[in-house]
Amino acid sequence: MKTAIFSLARLRALLAKEFIQMRRDRITFAMMLAVPLLQLVLFGYAINNDPKALPAALVVTSNDHYTRAMVSALETTGYYRFVTVAASAAEAESLMARGDVSFVVTIPSDFRRRVDSGQKPRILVEADASDPAAASNAIGTLATVASQALLREQGMQAVAAETADNQLQVIVHRRYNPEGISQYNIVPGLLGVILQMTMVMMTAMALTREIERGTMENLLAMPASPTEIMLGKVLPYLVVGAVQVVVVLTAAKLLFSVPFVGSLWLLMGAILVFVMALVLLGYTISTMARTQMQAMQLTFFFFLPSILLSGFMFPYRGMPEWAQTLGEILPLTHFLRVTRGIMLKGADLPEMAPEIAALTIFVFAFAALALLRFRRTLD
Amino acid sequence: MPQNLAISVHNLVKRFGDKTVVDHVSMEVAEGEIVGFLGPNGSGKTTTIRMVCGLLTPDEGEGSVLGYDLRTEALKIKREVGYMTQKFSFYEDLTIAENLEFVARLYQLRPVNKHVDRTLEELGLATRRNQLAGTLSGGWKQRLALAACIMHNPKLLLLDEPTAGVDPKARREFWDEIHRLAHGGLTVLVSTHYMDEAERCHRISYISYGKMLASGTVQEVVANAGLATFVIEGERLDEVATLLEGKPGVEQIAPFGATLHVVGSDAELLRRTLEGVGKREGVTVMPGETSLEDVFIKFMAGSRDNMQ
Repeated sequence: MKTAIFSLARLRALLAKEFIQMRRDRITFAMMLAVPLLQLVLFGYAINNDPKALPAALVVTSNDHYTRAMVSALETTGYYRFVTVAASAAEAESLMARGDVSFVVTIPSDFRRRVDSGQKPRILVEADASDPAAASNAIGTLATVASQALLREQGMQAVAAETADNQLQVIVHRRYNPEGISQYNIVPGLLGVILQMTMVMMTAMALTREIERGTMENLLAMPASPTEIMLGKVLPYLVVGAVQVVVVLTAAKLLFSVPFVGSLWLLMGAILVFVMALVLLGYTISTMARTQMQAMQLTFFFFLPSILLSGFMFPYRGMPEWAQTLGEILPLTHFLRVTRGIMLKGADLPEMAPEIAALTIFVFAFAALALLRFRRTLD
Repeated sequence: MPQNLAISVHNLVKRFGDKTVVDHVSMEVAEGEIVGFLGPNGSGKTTTIRMVCGLLTPDEGEGSVLGYDLRTEALKIKREVGYMTQKFSFYEDLTIAENLEFVARLYQLRPVNKHVDRTLEELGLATRRNQLAGTLSGGWKQRLALAACIMHNPKLLLLDEPTAGVDPKARREFWDEIHRLAHGGLTVLVSTHYMDEAERCHRISYISYGKMLASGTVQEVVANAGLATFVIEGERLDEVATLLEGKPGVEQIAPFGATLHVVGSDAELLRRTLEGVGKREGVTVMPGETSLEDVFIKFMAGSRDNMQ
């Protein structure tokens, strides 16, 4: 027998074995191809740190040519996309709290009169600064663009207004996070991300572990119904989730001084729905994966787009339409709106209802899918 | 049969992909009977047992278990059947008592503590109640599994190779326990590879490549096989064995200790072939008794031929 320290033949045997095993484990193999591709596409196309075409609401009382000039000037910057003309300031406020618009541009009723009379005209731009990165560039271009547009408009009217003190004044309100502290945006988001990572992974392993260790056969031979088995797996992790929530919220308050302006009970209710959706998603994964390793890979496969497309890492409104649509089918997206809405913006139940309803749909969809996938037999 | 039937299944078929694992198997087991289920590895024993306890849905065939319909009343069957899996399938990270409590609660046995204590006592596990199941040896794991299977007083016990990897003493005790339970009216279907265990059953069924080849008492199965066996004693039996290989009438040659068992289906032909050997110096040929093992070897050889 040869006793060489290194043998190519032995190495070949190990390599061949590894490749065979790789090929047999379909899910792992698919994951190896899909994950880089997914990352590439998402990072490459969807993520944009200089978000353009952000939805904006216009609050306006008169429809004169100055107003139209302002609006078109803002739109030509590419940063603003006026999606709605709000009837009142209160309505605009609610749109922003829900996260439907990132900006509210208010052109006061005396705008035209002030321009014509050579007084200093003003417009008010309120920006949702809960995500400081999303709004900063759009705000940056604001003053110059608006002034130039107005000058052009006035130039056509042949009104000289070159003196500094009657130039346009753009008043910018950075709402919800006036100092632009990024922790205020990140920490409430982290609550969702941490819950998503741990809850889905833990429950995804739960049922797979029984299959892997062979205890599933025994469990199925005993009189337990699929619903009982599912709840038995899912409820303990709901408790773990509750503990995590307390830890993260306490840390948010004590370590990062994140403001909490909304209702704690509303947030707790939303968290409960979100965590339910997560554990049921984990359980659904559990019914698909054959091994714990596969369960972990599937969890990761779901986790990646959740981080990238939900608006946690990158501004949601900055993504192209298709990526936003993809983001809508992730529970984390809706939860981030809820948690940021409640914690930073003080949104109330009617404002958050659409997002909580979306999370509720996930709960029922995952529960149905899990029960459908669950086999009472070993077939 | 005078008694009620605990298991009465007919023409069960189970396919996995294009492979027929169980092929029209029928089986009847009377209440209180211990039936041994024999066959080579991969012959469909486990699949048949899983169909009987409702873990697998048969592709064809019907039947009843404990009077419940196999297809529509699987949940009721589960309540009254104890199934011991081939591989230890209780929770290794739970203690013995915790495992039993879990099972007792699933079967809604009340009060839980009383049932657990009684079961621990009966099986002599009381002193180990707080030991983790994962740290038990093979014999103790088997005891725990049996204890958990019979705690809810099932009417039918299905045991899938329960004594694999268990030492002879523990096996003996295990079988004594099975007989004690059967005496109390429990019906037992047990799959095994061991001939001595087959001989402790009231009846046996032999399955090979998904087909039921024989069933009856051990004596019946041996008699029906129609085999003749001769025992050869003497010196240099290895040479004798080589000599007999492929000779007319010789179907099996197997060394048993210091003797050689020669088996064939045609007794007369075999006797004539062996006459020649008997003339060798220091070699004696005597008629012997056909064993169950000889019968099974013949079955296995026969069905392998069928497959090719």
